[in-house]
Amino acid sequence: MHDITVVDLSRLQFAATALYHFLFVPLTLGMTFMLAAMETVYVVTGKVIYRQITQFWGKLFLINFALGVATGLTMEFQFGTNWSFYSSFVGDIFGAPLAIEGLMAFFLESTFVGLMVFGWHRLKPGQHLAVTYLVALGSNLSALWILVANAFMQDPVGAHFNPTTMRMELNDFAALIFSSDAQAKFVHTSIAGYVTAAIFVAGVSAWYMLKNRHMELARRSFRMSVLFGVLSTAGVITLGDALGFVGAEAQPTKLAAMEGLWKTESAPMPFNLMAFPSQENQTNYGEVKVPYVLSILVTHSLTGTVPGVDVLEQRAAERIRGGIPAVSSLKMLSADPNDPVAMNQFNTHQKDLGYGFLVKRYADDVTTATDEQIAQAAKDSIPHVATMFWSFRVMVLLGLGMLAFFVLGLIYTLRNTVQYKRTFLKFAVWMIPAPFLACEAGWLVAEIGRQPWTVYGLLPTWMSASTHSVGYMVFSLIGFVAVYTVFIVIEMYLMVRAIRKGPDDGNGDAELDRGDLSLPASRKTLAEA
Amino acid sequence: MDIYASLQVVWWLLLGVLLIGLAVMVGMDMGVGAILRYIGRTDLERRVALNVIGPHWDGNQVWFILGGGAIFAAFPLIYATAFSGFYVVMLLLLWTMIIRPVGFEYRSKMPSAGWRNAWDWALFVSGFVPMVVFGAAIGNLFQGVPFHFDWTLTSFYTGSFLALLNPFAILCGVLSACMSAAMGGVTVMGGAQGAIAERSRKVARLGWSLAIVLFAVGGFWVAHMQGYVLNQFPGAGVAQTPLQQVVTRADGAWLSNFHAHNVLWLLPAAGFLGMLGSLFSASSERPLLAWWMGAVAWIGVIGTVGCALFPFLLPSVSNPSQSLTLWNSGSSQLTLAWMLGFTLVFVPLVVWYTSWAFYVMRGKVDPDQIANDEHAY
Repeated sequence: MHDITVVDLSRLQFAATALYHFLFVPLTLGMTFMLAAMETVYVVTGKVIYRQITQFWGKLFLINFALGVATGLTMEFQFGTNWSFYSSFVGDIFGAPLAIEGLMAFFLESTFVGLMVFGWHRLKPGQHLAVTYLVALGSNLSALWILVANAFMQDPVGAHFNPTTMRMELNDFAALIFSSDAQAKFVHTSIAGYVTAAIFVAGVSAWYMLKNRHMELARRSFRMSVLFGVLSTAGVITLGDALGFVGAEAQPTKLAAMEGLWKTESAPMPFNLMAFPSQENQTNYGEVKVPYVLSILVTHSLTGTVPGVDVLEQRAAERIRGGIPAVSSLKMLSADPNDPVAMNQFNTHQKDLGYGFLVKRYADDVTTATDEQIAQAAKDSIPHVATMFWSFRVMVLLGLGMLAFFVLGLIYTLRNTVQYKRTFLKFAVWMIPAPFLACEAGWLVAEIGRQPWTVYGLLPTWMSASTHSVGYMVFSLIGFVAVYTVFIVIEMYLMVRAIRKGPDDGNGDAELDRGDLSLPASRKTLAEA
Repeated sequence: MDIYASLQVVWWLLLGVLLIGLAVMVGMDMGVGAILRYIGRTDLERRVALNVIGPHWDGNQVWFILGGGAIFAAFPLIYATAFSGFYVVMLLLLWTMIIRPVGFEYRSKMPSAGWRNAWDWALFVSGFVPMVVFGAAIGNLFQGVPFHFDWTLTSFYTGSFLALLNPFAILCGVLSACMSAAMGGVTVMGGAQGAIAERSRKVARLGWSLAIVLFAVGGFWVAHMQGYVLNQFPGAGVAQTPLQQVVTRADGAWLSNFHAHNVLWLLPAAGFLGMLGSLFSASSERPLLAWWMGAVAWIGVIGTVGCALFPFLLPSVSNPSQSLTLWNSGSSQLTLAWMLGFTLVFVPLVVWYTSWAFYVMRGKVDPDQIANDEHAY
């Protein structure tokens, strides 16, 4: 049997390390493309300022990238170290995209990032540009494959349970990689990375403008970043909506929790703008409702409805009762794989197998499960509503705020007045944490919303964890927190230091003399180098 | 042999290729980290050594990440059981390993001598410890690991952390660290000149000399150890779980494959010849040849391990009949087939562009250029 404390500690450790890793990944995803865009302008126009821009942001990118790589290493192994039953249960499906990520994406990104840093003197400008694009392609491909893997946890398609090997097995590779959840989430997440990079570049550029330093670099960088930002933020919001639409069908419990929907309501459903949900009493306090909006948001119609927690718990209880014979037949099959009676019983009930596992937490021999135990397991099938409700709202609010910020920034930069809007520039600096928070909130919505499952409807979280002792888990959690805290302190210190130091354009205080940046001179410098 | 059994064998071979790729490519960078403080006496010398592998360590490290991913995809039960069983040592490996990317990237970002000295120690730890753990883990496979399964195939590890650090495992760990230090020395010889190259040559000679002795001692040790024999199982290429077999232990059984197929003796021979060859090539100032001979040594050593254990991948000492073999721990036929397809397309592609990257950055590292280049490590 699993010790639930160990399961909870394993969850805490996974969440902590994943959220930490996800502080660095979005910036990497976006910065690689912004660097490619900046360098493209350099190669096309030949203006040396764009090489300085590329190299300066490239330096900041690398400080961030190192921690993305480091924390990614531990993630690759954490399924095995801490989620061993999960790993053997779905490894046949889940492992493949992870391995392909390494083969197709990490090699590309990591091999060429070396050339991107060290190759300035050895490669022709066009070659170096190609290398930068390959880094961007590599980092974004890795996001694709990790989200294909994640989509299987959210909406397990293309696989079946094989009672002979006691695990899930792949039966349709195309269904796995073209899962609608995977596609929507890949675009949503990678573009969220572009937004992150755009805000970062805009915020740092705004800081230089406030200090009247590196004005040429800052204004050009700012203009590129807000353009990039307007398009990306619009994309994130659109895809977020699509993801909600897909998710409503695949994971009704996540949607109900996100919206604080305890009771099923008739169409058109109102939207809870604000509420303080109580899991215990299954109700919201202090609700502020907007009529019609929920139906429009999640069903894109005025007549659509979605089930609330009341209906979903009932459905879960029915499926748990259906899952009990599935689990008990599986135990018989484990003793004798050729038992025809057990096989027959399994085939009849296998669609509810995961729900049978849900009650196994309370009754190890599921056939003895009482009504109370089944009711308790059914209650478990609803994720924590308050966390979901507020994470979702924080994410959306920040997203809309960033859109407004970018639109305003675009207007100012096109009018060429941004350098005089000091309040706006100060605000831009304070916006830097916003996309990071939004990304973290998005992760919480996606992963806490999936609870109590690691693989939705198939494998409960409580069964997935490794059977470690509490002592081991405390040890590893403390170790991770210690190492990661040291890392982030150093990272922030170096990042702030590099920003304060600024680019080596010999122009810390005044504007660049454009005459020095003419094309032939820059080509000559390159040739000499 | 039917298709599924063939795929299982192919993936067993690919697992070997992967471990060799990891040992050679990651091992040499780890080696450079481990010997950095010895071969570089001044800050500039250390920077030269770091910049020899600077453009490539990140790409090389993907062999390690791919190692995790590919074992997950092809042998999920091994991934699940081994990494959770070896929990504390895995953490030791991961925590020291993740200092490396940060160390490379951050070390030369500050001029302070104390800062750089601290990172040099960090790079030593992150180069030395993971290679010892890597070898020690392999050493434990020969002695069996204390784990068993319940009917749902949930695995339970019943040993202690300290039991993993037994004498034979330490021997294997030191062997692996010596080989990687030697490879690190050979690599720096190829990319640097002067005193650093000279000291690196000394490291390479010492590393290979020790490795030869340790590999020989390890061989005799294994010959007298209790090996595992698969007496009864559902068959190769048959879908199965580890709950359906009978396994016994017998003295000297790890050599039975070698006795049955004499050609396999070529593998340990390649191990010794590679080490000797690399030793002599390093002595006679031929670093490129020494590097390739070192790679042959790794192929020999890992090949020897794989063939001795075959068909076992993770033997259980507490319940030998639940030992994991390539027949009961692999993925389904469809997954193995898809993964093979991806491997056949992407591995040649990776080898091609990695070679190009090495070609672009070929030649010796110039200390003057590093001193003036803000992008250098």
